[in-house]
Amino acid sequence: MCAVELQKLRHDRTELYTRAVQPALWLLIFGQTFTRIKAIPTGGVPYIDYLAPGIIAQSAMFIAIFYGIQIIWERDAGILNKLLVTPTPRSALITGKAFAAGVKALIQAVVVVLIAALLGVALTWNPVKLLGVAAAVILASAFFSCLSMTIAGIVLSRDRLMGIGQAITMPLFFGSNALYPVAVMPGWLQAVSKVNPLSYQVDALRGLLLGTPAHLAADFGVLLVASALGITAASCLLGRLAR
Amino acid sequence: MTSDTTGPAPTTDAAGPADAVSCTGLAYAFGRTRAVDGLDLSVRQGEVFGLLGPNGAGKTTAIRCITTLLPVPAGMVRVFGHDTAGDRMAVRRLLGYVPQQLSADSGLTGRENVALFARVFDVPRRERAARVAQALAAVGLADAADRLAGTYSGGMVRRLELAQALVSAPRLLILDEPTIGLDPIARTGVWEHINAVRAVTGMTVLVTTHYMDEADQYCDRVGLMHRGRIRALGTPGELRQGLGARRRAEGAPATDTPPTLEDVFRDVAGSGLDEKSGDFRDVRSTRRTAHRVG
Ligand SMILES: Nc1ncnc2c1ncn2[C@@H]1O[C@H](COP(=O)(O)OP(=O)(O)OP(=O)(O)O)[C@@H](O)[C@H]1O
Ligand SMILES: [Mg+2]
Repeated sequence: MCAVELQKLRHDRTELYTRAVQPALWLLIFGQTFTRIKAIPTGGVPYIDYLAPGIIAQSAMFIAIFYGIQIIWERDAGILNKLLVTPTPRSALITGKAFAAGVKALIQAVVVVLIAALLGVALTWNPVKLLGVAAAVILASAFFSCLSMTIAGIVLSRDRLMGIGQAITMPLFFGSNALYPVAVMPGWLQAVSKVNPLSYQVDALRGLLLGTPAHLAADFGVLLVASALGITAASCLLGRLAR
Repeated sequence: MTSDTTGPAPTTDAAGPADAVSCTGLAYAFGRTRAVDGLDLSVRQGEVFGLLGPNGAGKTTAIRCITTLLPVPAGMVRVFGHDTAGDRMAVRRLLGYVPQQLSADSGLTGRENVALFARVFDVPRRERAARVAQALAAVGLADAADRLAGTYSGGMVRRLELAQALVSAPRLLILDEPTIGLDPIARTGVWEHINAVRAVTGMTVLVTTHYMDEADQYCDRVGLMHRGRIRALGTPGELRQGLGARRRAEGAPATDTPPTLEDVFRDVAGSGLDEKSGDFRDVRSTRRTAHRVG
């Protein structure tokens, strides 16, 4: 399943290019502006450095959230029905999709890292840490794609999913430490951030890429458990889409 | 009479092999719509069985029950003796399925489309490339194999789907309106490819169609479905002669042209094209397929 997604990407690369635009703009406009304002307490690192891992996580999440819509599209096109009539277990289909999301997000992350490096962000080039970054990106994307496919399995229609997708991605993004530290948030938003896997992903990415203090063990623990739960939930609901 | 189809005549005695498909009292409802309502059906091994019936008769729903897409209680559907409720994986391993709507992935080449199905059916890695090439060649797509499926014509997409369904060497091929929207030459092409494979493998085929001439020519037996149930069953010849005999008994002159399968269809379904069947949804989905093919 994963291979299929990459084959498609090879045939049509526009997706790769268009998706690189948004994070570049975030870094350029938001990052550079707020670096000047110095309004956000980042613990000593320039704001654009602080922002870069958040933008990696954000672009990965946006890619992953799209998978629910894609699976409904595949259902409408009859592709999913045919796959569900094969001896391949649902969990394998979902895991394949989840990892495809992870790989796409990883390509995206490479692009963002390169842009950030061009903008003068001081990132690590330690290969072990970069491997850790890759793992965090893949796990988090697996979780968010499964979250999206799980919701698809509940609401079953594209229109409803689009509405819900938009309704949850914004709070997930702003209710995380991607743009600003948790400490500046109001209490209720801090609570959101506590249960938001995106925060753990960003924490890990920041720790690995910038060397800021992080809770790597907890971060990876949460990401692993979240993606395992996501794969399970999405696999259980996949059959509903074909009814 | 049934015209010649390739492959051996099905052997069916009581002690013989299990039927390829057997449905007993199959029922499935969408909310309050009883799409399939007490369907009894047995498809013998090796035959081409045609499931006919007006829009909304429940053909697609019945097929989706047989393919394990719709959950049904144990004991209702068996495929080569495996219950679709208890033994889903065993059933899926035996099936090739071409759904009513066109379903090739337009973002992949023909070859990649087929290779995907070789992979999900666990065709051993070493055999894959050869089997994929063989399936593509069997449906006459060897030359177009490396073009994106999005550039295929409707007839080519149908043949590609056939290759996808055949690459796993299924024992039962289930085709839901495989020739809808195709021109006469493409239709004949699809059937020739099916029969060529049948001649080699002896696979069983369960097919739905709205083309009575096609059913007459290619199906060993047909079942006429209406409102979720089989209303007439037999070889096309038997059904035609049965109606002819009844008409004569009712006093039609013997000089009348003998009834066609279409007359049998009208006889079974014609009276009932009212509220329930042929509703908007059915016609729309059929049109959509026709549109995408055309
Ligand atoms: N997903 C669904 N939800 C609700 N009702 C459905 C659904 N699918 C089918 N139906 C209803 O079930 C009945 C049987 O539909 P089905 O698609 O099985 O008919 P069909 O014989 O395949 O028709 P056609 O020749 O148009 O393909 C119809 O009344 C249809 O409206
Ligand atoms: Mg149908």
